[in-house]
Amino acid sequence: MTDDKSETDTKASTELSAATPDGHAAAHADHGLAHTMPVWMLFAVLAALMFLTILTVSVTNYDLGSEGNLVVGMVIATVKAGLVVTFFMHLFWDKKFHLILFLTAVLFVILFLSMSITDRGEYQRNIDLYQSVTNAAPAK
Amino acid sequence: MSEPSESVTEEPKTPGVPAHDDHVGPDDHSGGDHAHGDGPHLAHHFDTYQQQFDAGKLGIWLFLLTEVLFFSGLFCAYTVYRGMHPEVFVYAHYFLNTTMGAINTCVLLISSLTAAWAVRNAQLAQRKLLMLNIVITIACACTFMVVKFFEYQHKFNDGLLPGPNFHPTEQVWELESFRKKHPEAAEYAEKLNKAAESKAETAKAGGTIDLNKPVTGVFENPTEEQIEPLLKAGVIGPSAEDPTRPSKPRNAHVFFSIYFFMTGLHGIHVLGGIGVWIWLLKRANRGDFGPKYFGPIDYAALYWHLVDLVWIYLFPLLYLIH
Repeated sequence: MTDDKSETDTKASTELSAATPDGHAAAHADHGLAHTMPVWMLFAVLAALMFLTILTVSVTNYDLGSEGNLVVGMVIATVKAGLVVTFFMHLFWDKKFHLILFLTAVLFVILFLSMSITDRGEYQRNIDLYQSVTNAAPAK
Repeated sequence: MSEPSESVTEEPKTPGVPAHDDHVGPDDHSGGDHAHGDGPHLAHHFDTYQQQFDAGKLGIWLFLLTEVLFFSGLFCAYTVYRGMHPEVFVYAHYFLNTTMGAINTCVLLISSLTAAWAVRNAQLAQRKLLMLNIVITIACACTFMVVKFFEYQHKFNDGLLPGPNFHPTEQVWELESFRKKHPEAAEYAEKLNKAAESKAETAKAGGTIDLNKPVTGVFENPTEEQIEPLLKAGVIGPSAEDPTRPSKPRNAHVFFSIYFFMTGLHGIHVLGGIGVWIWLLKRANRGDFGPKYFGPIDYAALYWHLVDLVWIYLFPLLYLIH
Protein backbone atom coordinates (compact mmCIF):
# COMPACT_ATOMS: atom_id res chain seq x y z
CA MET A 1 0.00 0.00 0.00
CA THR A 2 1.64 3.17 -1.09
CA ASP A 3 -1.49 5.21 -1.33
CA ASP A 4 -1.68 7.01 1.96
CA LYS A 5 -3.80 9.92 0.93
CA SER A 6 -5.46 10.78 4.16
CA GLU A 7 -3.28 13.71 5.09
CA THR A 8 -3.46 15.42 1.77
CA ASP A 9 -7.16 14.64 1.67
CA THR A 10 -7.74 16.34 4.97
CA LYS A 11 -6.06 19.39 3.56
CA ALA A 12 -8.10 19.14 0.43
CA SER A 13 -11.30 18.91 2.37
CA THR A 14 -10.43 21.84 4.60
CA GLU A 15 -9.78 23.87 1.53
CA LEU A 16 -13.04 22.61 0.19
CA SER A 17 -15.03 23.77 3.18
CA ALA A 18 -13.02 26.95 3.44
CA ALA A 19 -13.79 27.81 -0.14
CA THR A 20 -17.39 28.61 0.63
CA PRO A 21 -18.90 29.62 3.94
CA ASP A 22 -21.55 27.03 3.38
CA GLY A 23 -19.43 23.91 3.56
CA HIS A 24 -22.11 21.48 2.59
CA ALA A 25 -22.97 23.20 -0.64
CA ALA A 26 -19.42 22.74 -1.77
CA ALA A 27 -19.51 19.15 -0.63
CA HIS A 28 -22.69 18.64 -2.59
CA ALA A 29 -21.11 19.94 -5.70
CA ASP A 30 -18.14 17.63 -5.43
CA HIS A 31 -19.64 14.54 -3.87
CA GLY A 32 -23.03 14.21 -5.34
CA LEU A 33 -24.34 11.14 -3.55
CA ALA A 34 -25.25 12.70 -0.21
CA HIS A 35 -24.71 15.57 2.18
CA THR A 36 -21.37 15.89 3.97
CA MET A 37 -21.41 17.15 7.55
CA PRO A 38 -18.88 19.87 8.35
CA VAL A 39 -16.63 18.90 11.27
CA TRP A 40 -17.47 21.99 13.33
CA MET A 41 -21.14 21.05 13.16
CA LEU A 42 -20.43 17.53 14.39
CA PHE A 43 -18.62 18.89 17.42
CA ALA A 44 -21.26 21.54 18.04
CA VAL A 45 -23.93 18.83 18.12
CA LEU A 46 -21.84 16.70 20.49
CA ALA A 47 -21.33 19.71 22.78
CA ALA A 48 -25.08 20.34 22.83
CA LEU A 49 -25.78 16.66 23.58
CA MET A 50 -23.25 16.63 26.42
CA PHE A 51 -24.70 19.81 27.87
CA LEU A 52 -28.20 18.33 27.78
CA THR A 53 -26.95 15.15 29.45
CA ILE A 54 -25.47 17.17 32.31
CA LEU A 55 -28.68 19.18 32.49
CA THR A 56 -30.90 16.12 32.67
CA VAL A 57 -28.77 14.61 35.45
CA SER A 58 -28.63 17.79 37.50
CA VAL A 59 -32.34 18.48 37.16
CA THR A 60 -33.08 15.35 39.23
CA ASN A 61 -31.84 17.26 42.27
CA TYR A 62 -34.89 19.48 42.06
CA ASP A 63 -38.39 18.39 42.86
CA LEU A 64 -40.67 19.52 40.04
CA GLY A 65 -43.91 18.02 41.24
CA SER A 66 -45.30 14.53 40.88
CA GLU A 67 -44.72 14.07 37.16
CA GLY A 68 -42.72 17.24 36.55
CA ASN A 69 -39.35 15.53 36.60
CA LEU A 70 -40.50 12.81 34.21
CA VAL A 71 -41.86 15.40 31.78
CA VAL A 72 -38.67 17.48 31.93
CA GLY A 73 -36.53 14.35 31.48
CA MET A 74 -38.55 13.25 28.47
CA VAL A 75 -38.50 16.73 26.92
CA ILE A 76 -34.71 16.87 27.25
CA ALA A 77 -34.39 13.34 25.84
CA THR A 78 -36.58 14.31 22.90
CA VAL A 79 -34.48 17.41 22.20
CA LYS A 80 -31.37 15.20 22.27
CA ALA A 81 -33.03 12.64 19.99
CA GLY A 82 -34.00 15.49 17.66
CA LEU A 83 -30.40 16.68 17.48
CA VAL A 84 -29.15 13.18 16.72
CA VAL A 85 -31.78 12.57 14.05
CA THR A 86 -31.48 16.00 12.42
CA PHE A 87 -27.70 16.28 12.27
CA PHE A 88 -25.95 12.98 12.95
CA MET A 89 -28.49 11.07 10.89
CA HIS A 90 -28.52 13.77 8.18
CA LEU A 91 -32.31 13.94 8.09
CA PHE A 92 -32.21 17.72 7.68
CA TRP A 93 -30.53 17.35 4.29
CA ASP A 94 -31.76 13.89 3.43
CA LYS A 95 -34.68 13.03 1.21
CA LYS A 96 -37.92 14.08 2.84
CA PHE A 97 -39.27 10.60 2.24
CA HIS A 98 -36.91 9.22 4.88
CA LEU A 99 -38.15 11.84 7.31
CA ILE A 100 -41.73 10.78 6.59
CA LEU A 101 -40.79 7.16 7.17
CA PHE A 102 -39.18 8.00 10.49
CA LEU A 103 -42.08 10.17 11.64
CA THR A 104 -44.48 7.37 10.72
CA ALA A 105 -42.66 5.07 13.11
CA VAL A 106 -42.72 7.74 15.83
CA LEU A 107 -46.42 8.29 15.24
CA PHE A 108 -47.06 4.57 15.55
CA VAL A 109 -45.14 4.42 18.81
CA ILE A 110 -47.19 7.32 20.20
CA LEU A 111 -50.42 5.60 19.16
CA PHE A 112 -49.23 2.29 20.59
CA LEU A 113 -48.27 3.80 23.95
CA SER A 114 -51.30 6.03 24.34
CA MET A 115 -53.75 3.24 23.51
CA SER A 116 -52.03 0.93 25.96
CA ILE A 117 -52.11 3.53 28.72
CA THR A 118 -55.79 4.20 28.11
CA ASP A 119 -56.52 0.51 28.12
CA ARG A 120 -54.68 -0.35 31.33
CA GLY A 121 -56.75 2.31 33.14
CA GLU A 122 -59.85 0.28 32.28
CA TYR A 123 -58.74 -2.61 34.45
CA GLN A 124 -57.51 -0.63 37.43
CA ARG A 125 -60.77 -1.27 39.31
CA ASN A 126 -60.41 -5.02 38.90
CA ILE A 127 -56.86 -4.87 40.15
CA ASP A 128 -57.87 -2.79 43.15
CA LEU A 129 -60.67 -5.21 43.87
CA TYR A 130 -58.35 -8.19 43.63
CA GLN A 131 -55.87 -6.57 45.93
CA SER A 132 -58.48 -5.68 48.50
CA VAL A 133 -59.75 -9.27 48.42
CA THR A 134 -56.31 -10.80 48.80
CA ASN A 135 -55.83 -8.19 51.51
CA ALA A 136 -52.36 -7.03 50.75
CA ALA A 137 -50.97 -10.53 50.83
CA PRO A 138 -47.62 -10.72 49.03
CA ALA A 139 -48.49 -11.36 45.42
CA LYS A 140 -45.99 -13.55 43.70
CA MET B 1 -3.16 -0.77 11.58
CA SER B 2 0.06 0.89 10.51
CA GLU B 3 1.67 -0.31 7.37
CA PRO B 4 5.41 -0.08 7.12
CA SER B 5 5.46 1.03 3.51
CA GLU B 6 3.11 3.93 4.07
CA SER B 7 5.77 6.56 4.43
CA VAL B 8 7.50 5.53 1.24
CA THR B 9 5.63 7.91 -0.97
CA GLU B 10 5.25 11.60 -0.22
CA GLU B 11 3.62 12.26 -3.53
CA PRO B 12 0.42 14.23 -2.89
CA LYS B 13 -2.76 12.87 -4.27
CA THR B 14 -6.20 14.31 -4.60
CA PRO B 15 -9.38 12.39 -3.96
CA GLY B 16 -10.82 10.76 -6.95
CA VAL B 17 -7.51 10.36 -8.75
CA PRO B 18 -6.72 6.72 -9.35
CA ALA B 19 -3.50 5.58 -7.77
CA HIS B 20 -1.16 2.71 -8.47
CA ASP B 21 -3.07 0.18 -6.47
CA ASP B 22 -6.13 -0.98 -8.34
CA HIS B 23 -8.14 -1.20 -5.15
CA VAL B 24 -7.72 2.38 -4.08
CA GLY B 25 -11.27 3.49 -4.13
CA PRO B 26 -14.61 3.12 -5.80
CA ASP B 27 -13.90 6.05 -8.06
CA ASP B 28 -11.20 4.08 -9.72
CA HIS B 29 -12.74 3.71 -13.13
CA SER B 30 -9.55 2.56 -14.70
CA GLY B 31 -9.65 -0.75 -12.91
CA GLY B 32 -10.57 -2.88 -15.86
CA ASP B 33 -10.03 -6.16 -14.07
CA HIS B 34 -13.43 -6.12 -12.39
CA ALA B 35 -16.35 -8.12 -13.57
CA HIS B 36 -19.00 -5.44 -13.60
CA GLY B 37 -18.65 -2.48 -15.81
CA ASP B 38 -18.66 0.85 -14.08
CA GLY B 39 -16.43 0.34 -11.06
CA PRO B 40 -15.27 -2.10 -8.44
CA HIS B 41 -18.08 -1.39 -5.98
CA LEU B 42 -21.05 -0.86 -8.25
CA ALA B 43 -23.18 -3.96 -8.13
CA HIS B 44 -24.22 -5.07 -11.58
CA HIS B 45 -27.93 -4.67 -10.90
CA PHE B 46 -27.55 -0.92 -10.38
CA ASP B 47 -27.12 1.58 -13.17
CA THR B 48 -25.35 4.28 -11.16
CA TYR B 49 -23.65 4.78 -7.83
CA GLN B 50 -26.42 7.21 -6.92
CA GLN B 51 -29.05 4.57 -7.51
CA GLN B 52 -27.09 2.02 -5.50
CA PHE B 53 -26.63 4.44 -2.61
CA ASP B 54 -30.29 5.53 -2.56
CA ALA B 55 -31.51 1.93 -2.60
CA GLY B 56 -29.30 1.06 0.33
CA LYS B 57 -30.32 4.16 2.23
CA LEU B 58 -34.00 3.39 1.82
CA GLY B 59 -33.29 -0.15 2.96
CA ILE B 60 -31.51 0.92 6.13
CA TRP B 61 -34.27 3.40 6.97
CA LEU B 62 -36.88 0.70 6.64
CA PHE B 63 -34.78 -1.48 8.91
CA LEU B 64 -34.52 1.35 11.44
CA LEU B 65 -38.31 1.68 11.43
CA THR B 66 -38.67 -1.95 12.39
CA GLU B 67 -36.09 -1.36 15.11
CA VAL B 68 -38.06 1.56 16.51
CA LEU B 69 -41.20 -0.58 16.58
CA PHE B 70 -39.24 -3.50 18.05
CA PHE B 71 -38.07 -1.39 20.99
CA SER B 72 -41.45 0.27 21.36
CA GLY B 73 -42.88 -2.97 22.74
CA LEU B 74 -40.54 -2.74 25.71
CA PHE B 75 -41.14 0.98 26.11
CA CYS B 76 -44.83 0.15 26.19
CA ALA B 77 -44.31 -2.41 28.96
CA TYR B 78 -42.34 0.19 30.86
CA THR B 79 -44.95 2.91 30.44
CA VAL B 80 -47.88 0.73 31.43
CA TYR B 81 -46.14 -0.70 34.46
CA ARG B 82 -44.86 2.66 35.60
CA GLY B 83 -48.34 4.10 35.22
CA MET B 84 -49.75 1.32 37.39
CA HIS B 85 -47.01 1.07 40.00
CA PRO B 86 -44.92 4.23 40.24
CA GLU B 87 -43.67 3.15 43.69
CA VAL B 88 -41.87 0.14 42.19
CA PHE B 89 -39.85 2.46 39.96
CA VAL B 90 -39.08 4.89 42.76
CA TYR B 91 -37.98 1.95 44.92
CA ALA B 92 -35.83 0.30 42.26
CA HIS B 93 -34.05 3.39 40.97
CA TYR B 94 -32.14 3.69 44.26
CA PHE B 95 -30.41 0.47 43.27
CA LEU B 96 -29.12 1.85 39.99
CA ASN B 97 -25.83 3.66 39.69
CA THR B 98 -26.52 7.02 38.04
CA THR B 99 -22.81 7.76 37.59
CA MET B 100 -22.30 4.58 35.57
CA GLY B 101 -25.38 5.36 33.50
CA ALA B 102 -24.15 8.90 32.86
CA ILE B 103 -20.69 7.66 31.87
CA ASN B 104 -22.27 5.26 29.42
CA THR B 105 -24.43 8.04 28.00
CA CYS B 106 -21.35 10.17 27.34
CA VAL B 107 -19.44 7.23 25.88
CA LEU B 108 -22.27 6.50 23.44
CA LEU B 109 -22.60 10.16 22.48
CA ILE B 110 -18.88 10.33 21.69
CA SER B 111 -19.14 7.17 19.61
CA SER B 112 -22.06 8.74 17.75
CA LEU B 113 -19.84 11.69 16.91
CA THR B 114 -17.05 9.47 15.61
CA ALA B 115 -19.57 7.41 13.61
CA ALA B 116 -20.97 10.55 11.99
CA TRP B 117 -17.45 11.78 11.38
CA ALA B 118 -16.52 8.44 9.83
CA VAL B 119 -19.27 8.97 7.25
CA ARG B 120 -17.68 12.29 6.34
CA ASN B 121 -14.25 10.64 6.14
CA ALA B 122 -15.58 7.94 3.86
CA GLN B 123 -17.23 10.53 1.62
CA LEU B 124 -13.97 12.43 1.33
CA ALA B 125 -11.84 9.27 1.00
CA GLN B 126 -9.84 10.13 4.14
CA ARG B 127 -8.73 6.60 4.73
CA LYS B 128 -6.60 7.05 7.83
CA LEU B 129 -9.03 9.33 9.60
CA LEU B 130 -11.88 6.99 8.70
CA MET B 131 -10.08 4.08 10.29
CA LEU B 132 -9.24 6.13 13.36
CA ASN B 133 -12.87 7.14 13.81
CA ILE B 134 -14.05 3.56 13.40
CA VAL B 135 -11.49 2.42 15.97
CA ILE B 136 -12.69 5.08 18.44
CA THR B 137 -16.29 4.05 17.81
CA ILE B 138 -15.43 0.41 18.55
CA ALA B 139 -13.45 1.43 21.64
CA CYS B 140 -16.39 3.46 22.95
CA ALA B 141 -18.77 0.58 22.28
CA CYS B 142 -16.48 -1.78 24.19
CA THR B 143 -16.23 0.70 27.07
CA PHE B 144 -20.01 0.81 27.15
CA MET B 145 -20.21 -2.97 27.36
CA VAL B 146 -17.55 -3.15 30.08
CA VAL B 147 -19.42 -0.61 32.21
CA LYS B 148 -22.61 -2.56 31.55
CA PHE B 149 -20.86 -5.76 32.61
CA PHE B 150 -19.88 -4.27 35.96
CA GLU B 151 -23.40 -2.95 36.46
CA TYR B 152 -24.91 -6.36 35.75
CA GLN B 153 -22.37 -8.11 37.94
CA HIS B 154 -23.21 -5.76 40.78
CA LYS B 155 -26.89 -6.50 40.38
CA PHE B 156 -26.37 -10.25 40.24
CA ASN B 157 -24.35 -10.07 43.46
CA ASP B 158 -27.02 -8.00 45.19
CA GLY B 159 -29.79 -10.41 44.25
CA LEU B 160 -31.44 -7.88 41.95
CA LEU B 161 -32.66 -10.43 39.46
CA PRO B 162 -35.95 -10.57 37.63
CA GLY B 163 -38.82 -12.87 38.55
CA PRO B 164 -38.65 -15.37 41.40
CA ASN B 165 -34.88 -14.87 41.71
CA PHE B 166 -35.36 -11.38 43.07
CA HIS B 167 -33.90 -11.41 46.57
CA PRO B 168 -32.24 -8.08 47.28
CA THR B 169 -29.50 -8.42 49.85
CA GLU B 170 -30.01 -4.87 51.03
CA GLN B 171 -33.08 -2.96 52.07
CA VAL B 172 -33.67 0.19 50.09
CA TRP B 173 -33.31 2.51 53.09
CA GLU B 174 -29.90 1.01 53.82
CA LEU B 175 -28.60 2.09 50.44
CA GLU B 176 -26.14 4.94 50.15
CA SER B 177 -28.22 6.59 47.42
CA PHE B 178 -31.34 6.56 49.60
CA ARG B 179 -29.62 7.75 52.76
CA LYS B 180 -27.95 10.62 50.97
CA LYS B 181 -31.22 11.82 49.53
CA HIS B 182 -33.52 11.17 52.50
CA PRO B 183 -31.43 10.83 55.68
CA GLU B 184 -34.39 11.32 58.01
CA ALA B 185 -36.55 8.78 56.22
CA ALA B 186 -33.71 6.23 56.30
CA GLU B 187 -33.33 6.70 60.03
CA TYR B 188 -37.07 6.42 60.54
CA ALA B 189 -37.27 3.21 58.48
CA GLU B 190 -34.48 1.77 60.57
CA LYS B 191 -36.40 2.57 63.76
CA LEU B 192 -39.58 1.04 62.35
CA ASN B 193 -37.68 -2.06 61.37
CA LYS B 194 -36.24 -2.46 64.87
CA ALA B 195 -39.66 -1.96 66.43
CA ALA B 196 -41.15 -4.55 64.08
CA GLU B 197 -38.40 -6.98 64.93
CA SER B 198 -39.00 -6.69 68.65
CA LYS B 199 -42.70 -6.98 67.94
CA ALA B 200 -42.06 -10.15 65.99
CA GLU B 201 -40.02 -11.43 68.91
CA THR B 202 -43.03 -10.87 71.17
CA ALA B 203 -45.18 -12.74 68.69
CA LYS B 204 -42.76 -15.65 68.66
CA ALA B 205 -42.66 -15.65 72.45
CA GLY B 206 -46.40 -16.16 72.51
CA GLY B 207 -47.60 -12.57 72.36
CA THR B 208 -49.99 -11.34 69.73
CA ILE B 209 -49.25 -9.23 66.69
CA ASP B 210 -51.85 -7.37 64.70
CA LEU B 211 -50.97 -7.91 61.06
CA ASN B 212 -53.43 -5.36 59.84
CA LYS B 213 -52.09 -2.54 61.91
CA PRO B 214 -49.01 -1.04 60.31
CA VAL B 215 -46.11 -0.36 62.61
CA THR B 216 -46.27 3.27 61.65
CA GLY B 217 -48.59 3.54 64.60
CA VAL B 218 -45.66 2.83 66.88
CA PHE B 219 -44.24 6.29 66.41
CA GLU B 220 -46.62 9.14 66.78
CA ASN B 221 -46.64 11.99 64.29
CA PRO B 222 -43.76 11.25 61.96
CA THR B 223 -42.69 14.27 59.94
CA GLU B 224 -43.23 14.61 56.22
CA GLU B 225 -39.52 14.14 55.52
CA GLN B 226 -39.53 10.93 57.51
CA ILE B 227 -42.51 9.28 55.94
CA GLU B 228 -42.96 10.70 52.43
CA PRO B 229 -39.95 9.04 50.71
CA LEU B 230 -40.86 5.70 52.31
CA LEU B 231 -44.44 5.90 51.11
CA LYS B 232 -43.36 6.90 47.61
CA ALA B 233 -40.93 3.99 47.39
CA GLY B 234 -43.55 1.53 48.65
CA VAL B 235 -41.49 0.70 51.75
CA ILE B 236 -44.54 1.31 53.92
CA GLY B 237 -48.13 2.03 53.12
CA PRO B 238 -50.74 0.40 50.88
CA SER B 239 -48.34 -0.85 48.19
CA ALA B 240 -45.81 -2.37 50.57
CA GLU B 241 -45.34 -6.10 50.46
CA ASP B 242 -45.38 -6.53 54.23
CA PRO B 243 -47.84 -4.43 56.23
CA THR B 244 -46.18 -5.15 59.57
CA ARG B 245 -42.75 -3.73 58.88
CA PRO B 246 -40.85 -1.62 56.36
CA SER B 247 -40.31 -3.78 53.31
CA LYS B 248 -40.30 -3.46 49.53
CA PRO B 249 -43.23 -2.72 47.24
CA ARG B 250 -45.17 -5.62 45.85
CA ASN B 251 -43.86 -6.92 42.50
CA ALA B 252 -40.64 -4.94 42.77
CA HIS B 253 -38.99 -7.66 40.70
CA VAL B 254 -40.97 -6.58 37.65
CA PHE B 255 -38.81 -3.47 37.42
CA PHE B 256 -35.75 -5.65 37.06
CA SER B 257 -37.42 -7.75 34.37
CA ILE B 258 -38.05 -4.55 32.46
CA TYR B 259 -34.57 -3.24 33.24
CA PHE B 260 -32.78 -6.37 32.07
CA PHE B 261 -34.91 -6.74 28.97
CA MET B 262 -34.48 -3.14 27.88
CA THR B 263 -30.78 -2.77 28.64
CA GLY B 264 -30.13 -6.33 27.48
CA LEU B 265 -31.76 -5.83 24.10
CA HIS B 266 -29.92 -2.55 23.77
CA GLY B 267 -26.66 -4.27 24.74
CA ILE B 268 -27.19 -6.92 22.07
CA HIS B 269 -27.56 -4.10 19.55
CA VAL B 270 -24.29 -2.59 20.76
CA LEU B 271 -22.56 -5.97 20.35
CA GLY B 272 -23.99 -6.32 16.86
CA GLY B 273 -22.76 -2.82 16.08
CA ILE B 274 -19.26 -3.72 17.25
CA GLY B 275 -19.27 -6.66 14.81
CA VAL B 276 -20.36 -4.44 11.93
CA TRP B 277 -17.75 -1.80 12.73
CA ILE B 278 -14.97 -4.41 12.85
CA TRP B 279 -15.99 -5.62 9.41
CA LEU B 280 -16.07 -2.03 8.13
CA LEU B 281 -12.66 -1.33 9.67
CA LYS B 282 -11.28 -4.17 7.61
CA ARG B 283 -12.89 -2.80 4.47
CA ALA B 284 -11.76 0.74 5.24
CA ASN B 285 -8.22 -0.53 5.64
CA ARG B 286 -8.51 -2.10 2.20
CA GLY B 287 -9.46 1.32 0.85
CA ASP B 288 -12.96 0.42 -0.26
CA PHE B 289 -14.59 3.73 0.52
CA GLY B 290 -14.63 7.01 -1.34
CA PRO B 291 -16.93 9.73 -2.69
CA LYS B 292 -18.95 7.33 -4.81
CA TYR B 293 -19.05 4.40 -2.46
CA PHE B 294 -19.49 5.10 1.24
CA GLY B 295 -22.92 3.51 1.69
CA PRO B 296 -21.91 0.78 4.17
CA ILE B 297 -20.31 3.34 6.50
CA ASP B 298 -23.35 5.61 6.23
CA TYR B 299 -25.80 2.76 6.91
CA ALA B 300 -23.80 1.44 9.86
CA ALA B 301 -23.60 4.96 11.29
CA LEU B 302 -27.38 5.38 10.95
CA TYR B 303 -27.89 2.12 12.82
CA TRP B 304 -25.40 3.25 15.43
CA HIS B 305 -27.23 6.54 15.94
CA LEU B 306 -30.47 4.65 16.46
CA VAL B 307 -28.83 2.54 19.16
CA ASP B 308 -27.66 5.81 20.73
CA LEU B 309 -31.18 7.19 20.38
CA VAL B 310 -32.65 4.28 22.33
CA TRP B 311 -30.13 4.86 25.11
CA ILE B 312 -30.95 8.57 25.19
CA TYR B 313 -34.44 7.54 26.32
CA LEU B 314 -33.40 4.58 28.47
CA PHE B 315 -31.03 6.64 30.59
CA PRO B 316 -33.58 9.08 32.09
CA LEU B 317 -36.31 6.42 32.20
CA LEU B 318 -34.29 3.89 34.19
CA TYR B 319 -31.63 5.85 36.05
CA LEU B 320 -33.11 9.28 36.65
CA ILE B 321 -36.42 8.48 38.29
CA HIS B 322 -37.29 11.15 40.78
